[in-house]
Amino acid sequence: MSAGATATGDPTLGPVWKRASWYAVLSALSVLVLFPIYMTIVRALSTPRDYVQRGQPLYPVAVQPDIFGRAWTQGDLGRQMALSAVVTAIIVTAQLTTSILSAYAFSFLQFRGRTAMFYLFMATLMLPLEVTLIPNVDTVQSLGWFNSIQGLTAPFLATAFGTFLIRQGFLGIPRDLRDAAALDGFGHLAFLWRVAIPITRPVVASFGVIAFLSAWNQYLWPRAIVNEAKWNTIQIGLKNVGAANVDEMNIGVAAAIIAALPVLALLIFLQRHLVRGLTAGAVKG
Amino acid sequence: MTKPLAVPVDEDHVRSRRRSIKDTMLGLAFLGPSAVIFTAFFFYPLYRLVWLGLHQQNRTGTRERWVGFSQYADTLTSADFLDGVRISATYVLYTVPLGLVLGVLLAVVADRKLRGIKVFQTIFASTVASSVAVASVIFFVLINPQVGYFGDVSFLSLSDPGSALRGVALSSVWQNLGLTFIIVLAGLQAIPAEINEAATLDGYGPFRRFWRITIPLISPSLMFLVVVLTVFAFQAYAQVDILTGGGPAGATETLVWKIFSDKEPSQYGEGAVMASGLFVITLGVTLAQFRILEKRVHYGA
Repeated sequence: MSAGATATGDPTLGPVWKRASWYAVLSALSVLVLFPIYMTIVRALSTPRDYVQRGQPLYPVAVQPDIFGRAWTQGDLGRQMALSAVVTAIIVTAQLTTSILSAYAFSFLQFRGRTAMFYLFMATLMLPLEVTLIPNVDTVQSLGWFNSIQGLTAPFLATAFGTFLIRQGFLGIPRDLRDAAALDGFGHLAFLWRVAIPITRPVVASFGVIAFLSAWNQYLWPRAIVNEAKWNTIQIGLKNVGAANVDEMNIGVAAAIIAALPVLALLIFLQRHLVRGLTAGAVKG
Repeated sequence: MTKPLAVPVDEDHVRSRRRSIKDTMLGLAFLGPSAVIFTAFFFYPLYRLVWLGLHQQNRTGTRERWVGFSQYADTLTSADFLDGVRISATYVLYTVPLGLVLGVLLAVVADRKLRGIKVFQTIFASTVASSVAVASVIFFVLINPQVGYFGDVSFLSLSDPGSALRGVALSSVWQNLGLTFIIVLAGLQAIPAEINEAATLDGYGPFRRFWRITIPLISPSLMFLVVVLTVFAFQAYAQVDILTGGGPAGATETLVWKIFSDKEPSQYGEGAVMASGLFVITLGVTLAQFRILEKRVHYGA
């Protein structure tokens, strides 16, 4: 394994057997990573009872080609997807807006108490949702926001992570550029909208992708403040897989596959931004 | 944390003062929305957490009485809390080292110039597309005792208190593989090719090069991952909720599970103390790991 600490050079060079053996290793590891997903697809497609009777083989048994459609209607997936989409859209839009505004204040505006505010903002990064869960559930309940869009989104409308990341991008903008823009009569809003955001678009996009990922995948919070089935997001709807009777089990399994599709699309089409966002913390250390 | 940008003093004093008032107004307006959210959902709950810890409420939450630090003392030494800490710590041991080793293995193998390597890299990264809940359903299919493909493998059996946590942990290892792979690969790709060439010229074999060059150079990424994966492990909830419901016999009741299952107002106080415990533990783990690893970590290049 450690023979591969570096790239082997031009793909057209090097002995054929060596390249072939790397492909073999890569394929074997791919099978290992993908096996759980493959078995989930097999399980979703199979008629549950027949599959178990056949001794749980590696291929689907008594295929139900309409399972994804049935999951959509019977499993209430359509409603859950729509709710998750709305909640995610609100959270991502709000996080982008609040993060960009506060990042701008922390990098281009001068005012008393700015540093103290910055540290207060960053302190929220130390507080995971799990720690503040009980008081927050209490707050949301007393506002009457159980089973509501407000309840599902309110605590996540701002994030210090986004503020930090976008501020890093803004700090990279040369001061001269701001001064030149000011001479050209650009106020702060015009500068923010027409210069700062366009220049830092890659950072903003990377943060947007991460915000989407975490909003879409939320579990604990919706689980805590939703107690009516019709307010289930797609993620907490997945809990039903264990509760369903055996004949319906594959509906829940199909739901899990559908729930992962939007993020899978993100991975395939916006991989660059996703990777940049995920590694942002690692690079900063 | 980075220091805020220093700004040169304007020469025109009057103009600068007028601007500073304008800047202050605009600054407050820009920070306002975030500040409101942070106050309502981060700072106020922090205060409430302490308050709840110092009080005991009746079953409906309509009356409370001051109990002082006795609730902290009682809860933090209770078998329930210590059990949760033990289970969560075990979960860390099951998930972090294995996940890290597998992630490094995948990244090292996929860090080479081959035709089609991007396809393999996407496959190895693919588990980031899976949320904790999705991963839990996937492992439900694999290891559920009644219907799972590996349901009768005793080492991972969810129906045996001795092995259930291992089964749940495996779902986390798999789910975090994509993230670990992505971060380690980024670390490997940041190593300049000349360093490896120089090492080879110096007669370093592949194994020595891996341990002496590669690992030290990617150690910042590894440190980041140790912290992140440990914090993830301490926050485990959805896996337990979907795969075991805390069972069998409470064997998979992680700390967050215990905090969250105390939902009645009369148990808010206890839950709040446990949550403070979780806060101190994750903060402590993060700081300790930074201190220990910082000495051995090579920050360079």
